Amino acid sequence: MSTTFDTVANIIAETCDIPRDNIKPESHAIDDLGIDSLDFLDIAFAIDKAFGIKLPLEQWTQEVNEGKATTEQYFVLKNLCERIDELKAAKGA
Amino acid sequence: MRIEYFIMVDRIRSLSTKDGLVVCEATVPVESTIYQGHFPGHPILPGVLLVEAMAQTAGWLILALTKFERFPFLSMINDAKLRDFVTPGTELVLEARLMHEGSGFARTSNRVLAGDKVKCEATTTFRVLPFPTPVFRQSVTAHALQVGFPAEYVTNAG
Repeated sequence: MSTTFDTVANIIAETCDIPRDNIKPESHAIDDLGIDSLDFLDIAFAIDKAFGIKLPLEQWTQEVNEGKATTEQYFVLKNLCERIDELKAAKGA
Repeated sequence: MRIEYFIMVDRIRSLSTKDGLVVCEATVPVESTIYQGHFPGHPILPGVLLVEAMAQTAGWLILALTKFERFPFLSMINDAKLRDFVTPGTELVLEARLMHEGSGFARTSNRVLAGDKVKCEATTTFRVLPFPTPVFRQSVTAHALQVGFPAEYVTNAG
């Protein structure tokens, strides 16, 4: 069974045509991988479908814009995967 | 279909948020200056306008899902296939089905039929954002009622 990170990394590689080996848990989706907001919609769609969740992108964006969170909290992939696991757990609870 | 106003949907035939499905109708105008260039002696509706027609059809569904709180702005077009010429006077049926409603975006699969023949299809993705101005919202609401938007979905519209 693949990990959350493997699934997310494969989605990013396929969606954004980024070599899979370049995608690391420490990678920042925006700063390191150069994923823009439009491409991230494609990724969010695939993640939502793969995990049966709904990434709260608007809430995250608002928190970042208001200075209540950093982009690293949501867009460094290991952190993104933690958020996904939390959403999965909340869904199953 | 009023091409000169970029109004591509004539009427909403049915709409269900429960099913995530909208079906609309449009008649391709018999006369239009567009045909002078597209193409002389071979008038056909430009494919980009068919894509816009699919997007507008999907837009009605998303407006219903958001209860007119937000407007769907077209952001992505994928897998567009223009399968056949669409000629002046053709009566079209436009369908859009919700694939996913995400946080601040929605994706639909769409197709356009003439009779039982599929003329084109595409997947469309929208950023679903608050209406930028009250005037815009009021204008969309008024137009919704003109095209037969189900009244039960317009209750929150300003």
